Amino acid sequence: MSTLQAHGLAVDLGKRHALAGVDLTLSSGRLTVIVGPNGAGKTTLMRTLAGLLEPADGEVTLDGQPVTRMLAGERARSIAYLPQGGTVAWPLPVSAVIALGRLPHGEKPDDLPPRGQEAVAAAIHAVGLEGFENRPATELSGGERARVLLARALATQAPVLLADEPVAALDPRHQLIVLDVLKNQARAGRTVAVIMHDLTLAARFADVIVLLNQGLVADSGAPEAVLTEEGLARNFGIQAHVSHEDGHLVVVADRPLPVPGHGNAAPALK
Amino acid sequence: MHSPRLPLILGLVLLVGGLSVASLMIGPAPIPPLRALAALVSDQGSTSVVVRDIRLPRTLLAILIGWIFGLTGAGLQGLLRNPLADTAVFGAPQAAAFGAVLVLYSGLVGALSWALPFAAILGALASIALVVAVAGRRATVVVLVLSGLAIGSLAGAGTSLAITLSPNPFAVTEIVFWLLGSFEDRSMVHVLLAAPFIVVASALVLSSSTGLRALALGEETARSLGVNVMRLRVLLVAGAAVGTGAAVAVAGSIGFVGLVAPHLVRPFAGYDPARTLVPSGLAGAALLLAADCAVRLVPSQTEIKIGVLTAILGVPFFLWVIARRKAELSEMPV
Repeated sequence: MSTLQAHGLAVDLGKRHALAGVDLTLSSGRLTVIVGPNGAGKTTLMRTLAGLLEPADGEVTLDGQPVTRMLAGERARSIAYLPQGGTVAWPLPVSAVIALGRLPHGEKPDDLPPRGQEAVAAAIHAVGLEGFENRPATELSGGERARVLLARALATQAPVLLADEPVAALDPRHQLIVLDVLKNQARAGRTVAVIMHDLTLAARFADVIVLLNQGLVADSGAPEAVLTEEGLARNFGIQAHVSHEDGHLVVVADRPLPVPGHGNAAPALK
Repeated sequence: MHSPRLPLILGLVLLVGGLSVASLMIGPAPIPPLRALAALVSDQGSTSVVVRDIRLPRTLLAILIGWIFGLTGAGLQGLLRNPLADTAVFGAPQAAAFGAVLVLYSGLVGALSWALPFAAILGALASIALVVAVAGRRATVVVLVLSGLAIGSLAGAGTSLAITLSPNPFAVTEIVFWLLGSFEDRSMVHVLLAAPFIVVASALVLSSSTGLRALALGEETARSLGVNVMRLRVLLVAGAAVGTGAAVAVAGSIGFVGLVAPHLVRPFAGYDPARTLVPSGLAGAALLLAADCAVRLVPSQTEIKIGVLTAILGVPFFLWVIARRKAELSEMPV
């Protein structure tokens, strides 16, 4: 059971204030989806939560302990991070890529102890890549590669899992597969946070939605409470239609709204 | 789960051993293999003089320099996640030569001074650091190669200027021939001059192996796995600079071994950047030994310079890699 918290988190990227005082609690057993317009600070928030960026102010704590003061290895064992649009540089076999997730435990990927081998096998099973172990990771489709990289993060068996747009550029089937895996991780008691742009999909899988805008948490809570037509107009600058179909919340973006100082909005889509 | 590495290393060690014996045999006076080995360990009169004083130093230098070029080539390719990275592409040999020429030209020291490798290392360090700084973290291959080209050209121009302004024609000839890269007429003093630096450079590069593995998934992922990427970069750039500087200081400019060697062994090492390191070093040693035997076998009035041979063979290889991987190289960040 791990709780990752941000306390008054402020991060500057150059002269820009990417985060301007974010308070956030990620609890175990929950899938938190972070949404927000481009440039809202989502990736910056996730990188800071992962301990990869030093905040200008405030701090990130894992069960009360500041992550920036943790040793690199200890932090890596506690927080697994899946960056956006990951690539594999060499035609390494799938199993070798996933085995890299054992590095924080001091295990050599080419000579894993039984514990490490079990973790890698469990990760391969979780993403359904049995039979792919010896395939070169560079020769897979985008969807398969995304699952390999997710399995790499799972193989660390960290209590916290942070994923930056893990379903971007995936087909609907792979989006569902990846989100199912992440949901199962949360159900198993892990603390899982994911950045996403597809609001309908976010509503379907999220236990909690955090809406980030201009470096601040604009709203957070259950999907129904956060993804309202007013909230989307205010934070995303869109006129959207929110409905419920078969018990699922569906968000359909109708048209962009005029933003003060940014010229006229595009005409409504027919 | 992975291809075994021991047979690969053992095979390469045997190859280097065989080529070393060949290197002791080949020359204006050919010596049979057993006689060459006997002359090495016992006094066989003039044969021992030839083997021990003339052929042993150049054999050892070819092994040492081939090893460090192969090793640093594999390390830099792993660091930049790019199969075209090499000290030669970074203009490091030219910059190292410029550093050494400056010291020679100033007339402060002779060609057998400890100041020479230090000056060459400083030159190499400056060039690699400059390329990495200009190209940045996410540079494409084009940016990387262009920066290296520019810095190599600048160092080359500096060397040419030093030669042009040199008041002593004998010094000019010496500098020019030394720049071409050769193991001819090297003594054990040259071996002793280069060896300590090559040992240090090897330790620096080899200590980065775990980090290189993680870096296969990109810098962000490597950092999230607990790897200190900045430290890794410093280790590899320092290792490459020290190795190149020491090699250039005693053997002149020899390029492209570090580019070719990792490509030859990578498929046999399961494409793992860490497991490619030692086999690349051994392949580099074998390549340079073979090239040094070849220059002695080519019938010509004066011996062909090994730096010329490695460039003649290495440049087409470089072009072949570019042609084969054109599509992916055009988009691949390093």
